[in-house]
Amino acid sequence: MTIKSTFDEMMGPGGAGEGGYAEGPVRDAYGAVRHWLDAMSQRQVSAKRKEAETLFRRMGITFLVYGTGESTERLIPFDIIPRVITADEWTMIENGCLQRVRAINAFLSDIYHDQEIIAAGRIPSADVYANPRYRPEMIGIDIPGNTYIHITGIDLVRTAEREFYVLEDNLRNPSGVSYMLENREVMMRLFPQLFADNSIAPVTDYPANLLRNLQAVAPPGISRPTVALLTPGIFNSAYFEHVFLADEMGIELVEGQDLFVLDDQVFMRTTHGPVRVDVIYRRIDDNYLDPLAFIPDSLLGVPGLLSAYRAGGVTLANAIGTGVADDKAMYIHVPEMIRFYLGEEPILANVRTHDLRQADECAYVLDHLGELVVKEVGGAGGYGMLVGPAASRDEIECYRARILDDPANFIAQPTLALSTCPTFVDAGIAPRHVDLRPFVLSGTTQTVVPGGLTRVALGEGSLVVNTSQGGGTKDTWVLRDGAGAP
Amino acid sequence: MTVLSRSADHLYWMARQVERAENTARILEVSNRMALLPTGGTQGGASGSEWHAVLQITGGAQGFHDRFSGTTAEAVTRYMTLDPENPSSIYSTVRAARENARAERVALTTEMWEALNSTWLEIDALTPARLASRGHRNFFDWIKERSHLFRGTAIATMLRDERYHFLRLGTFMERADNTARILDVKYHVLLPHGVEVGSAIDYMQWGALLRSVSAYRTYYHAYKEPIAPAHVADMLIFNDAFPRSLHGCVDDVLELLGFIGGPRGAEARRLAGELHARLHYGRTEAVFKQGLHEFLTDFITDNNALSKEIQSAYLVAE
Repeated sequence: MTIKSTFDEMMGPGGAGEGGYAEGPVRDAYGAVRHWLDAMSQRQVSAKRKEAETLFRRMGITFLVYGTGESTERLIPFDIIPRVITADEWTMIENGCLQRVRAINAFLSDIYHDQEIIAAGRIPSADVYANPRYRPEMIGIDIPGNTYIHITGIDLVRTAEREFYVLEDNLRNPSGVSYMLENREVMMRLFPQLFADNSIAPVTDYPANLLRNLQAVAPPGISRPTVALLTPGIFNSAYFEHVFLADEMGIELVEGQDLFVLDDQVFMRTTHGPVRVDVIYRRIDDNYLDPLAFIPDSLLGVPGLLSAYRAGGVTLANAIGTGVADDKAMYIHVPEMIRFYLGEEPILANVRTHDLRQADECAYVLDHLGELVVKEVGGAGGYGMLVGPAASRDEIECYRARILDDPANFIAQPTLALSTCPTFVDAGIAPRHVDLRPFVLSGTTQTVVPGGLTRVALGEGSLVVNTSQGGGTKDTWVLRDGAGAP
Repeated sequence: MTVLSRSADHLYWMARQVERAENTARILEVSNRMALLPTGGTQGGASGSEWHAVLQITGGAQGFHDRFSGTTAEAVTRYMTLDPENPSSIYSTVRAARENARAERVALTTEMWEALNSTWLEIDALTPARLASRGHRNFFDWIKERSHLFRGTAIATMLRDERYHFLRLGTFMERADNTARILDVKYHVLLPHGVEVGSAIDYMQWGALLRSVSAYRTYYHAYKEPIAPAHVADMLIFNDAFPRSLHGCVDDVLELLGFIGGPRGAEARRLAGELHARLHYGRTEAVFKQGLHEFLTDFITDNNALSKEIQSAYLVAE
């Protein structure tokens, strides 16, 4: 499948064209990259690519792929050609992300307290109350700093020079930040000169910022809070990231079995007895957090954790119940949240989204399945989606049956012409589609780490960038002001 | 400074497994050396008891005989090096250590992790044929080097907190056990028929044993006499200046338990103290009078009891 008029981030609106990347003018931001590529021989390139792979393997930067059989440890393919974002573009992305996070946080606080946005008729009440991720347990509970989403990953795609769209907001346990940090580490090790010659915003203070924010939301009256990262364990696909972040922050990496609740406080089992835990950066979904409150046979969680949390004995990041705002049906309402809570117009646009609960929308989608991308409302990781233009007739018919079975479980969006970036493939350098996940930290301050995780769909023409579906990653540069000219 | 029980557990066992992989290589090396002696198992002239000995002292006999019929050098070596189904093969031990390390990445420095992870990646890619063409002795040397590297990176890069103490504790608990087992090889390896105690073969067997614990030269420095069974036993049991001796290991265990401290560890400290007294005040003559094999069996049993106590006091309940 080819998509017409693809914007290439190196070559501009015309895409990479027939001449590929070797000829023709490049966008200013990529001057240094072109120069660097030109100066490297084929042999140097393959040596460097090999070295990068060795580094990743040695550092143990792997993730687990869930399959039908045994899950396997895999390396995420890393492409050594960086993705470059100018200072100007970044300002827009940064402000847009901050705006979105402020609005969504206000929304979460609202729906668990006064529910003004519903009273004002700006969002249908059923969209909130009937959502399976809405947690009535959180109603009326005040949490430290009124911060619900301490960590957010916002997925963006680009379609033109100044055109970015938000694909989704990840408000539960966004992952990928460790790859962002390690990609930079590896690039700096492989190509130090490239960093010396260019003014690239550093990303390494992310763990320090995260720790500061987590400490800041400890229950009141605790002067030196103990922070722990709660992981489902070694078999989780993002386990490497959990280890990495706990390590970078110097906090304990705990599993459910390490913790217990007593008198609405949480303790971890240590070699010298129980030690209180004040803040838990949990990388476990709401449903598995507390077998007494949610899924009763979950072994991952801690019995009594919800009660301790509600009593203010421990802070969880992200808060319980944030999932209500990150499913794909609620996504439709985010621009309205921005207008309602902030009185601003959205800086970053939503993708036009068809709500299949409405009969006319549903009929339209069923008529145009071959052109649209259809996703499950609560889906993630690129599992169970239909990319119409790339699907076979059978796949489309199969999916149609699933939609008819439960239309409310799906949304549909036009297939966007995702921008491409030059990427090393077997045949040399070729354009491949990319997206971007910047990470927003909220607590006492709000920050967006300059860059984020660029995911690249390695198959020719493929639009599926998810690492679980074979996508790769790239180092993402945000140029400092004035930098980037060749 | 306390540490998560589960975390301490991982570190303690990771260190034990690395040490065990190294000592399994040492045990195989001593058997290899003994088998190469003129009357050894590979020469067809003797019983091949070296290879029975390996299975006896590593506790792998049952599992081996369930699957294989002949106790040949080749079968035992393959079983103890790369066999993924044998839980005490070097392959399995390194895999277990690496699994513990993966669960404990937070506590490991990058260098430690990389030392262990690259050992695992290399051994996982190894086949029996490639190991053989590389040479068994070279493989054993490599395993020892990797173990030294891992321990060296730990000593040179790790914060001296309780995690470090549990890691070191694992090393010395395992080493004490393994040195006792290596010394016991001599009990299991029979002298060929007609060869007498004190003969050249006997002497060479003791020499092979010393080499396998990197103590051949050291022996001469310490005792300045030809190899004699009493001296070898003294060196490997009582000589606290020798870092692989039982006494040396238990010295370290006692000290580490003191650092870790706390009321939970009272019984562990008592058991270690008892073991230490036996080594601090014991005499080689008494050991030989009791029987070297019996003495070593008692030691292994009591060392194991201490390990169980450490487990229940500080680590994750079994």
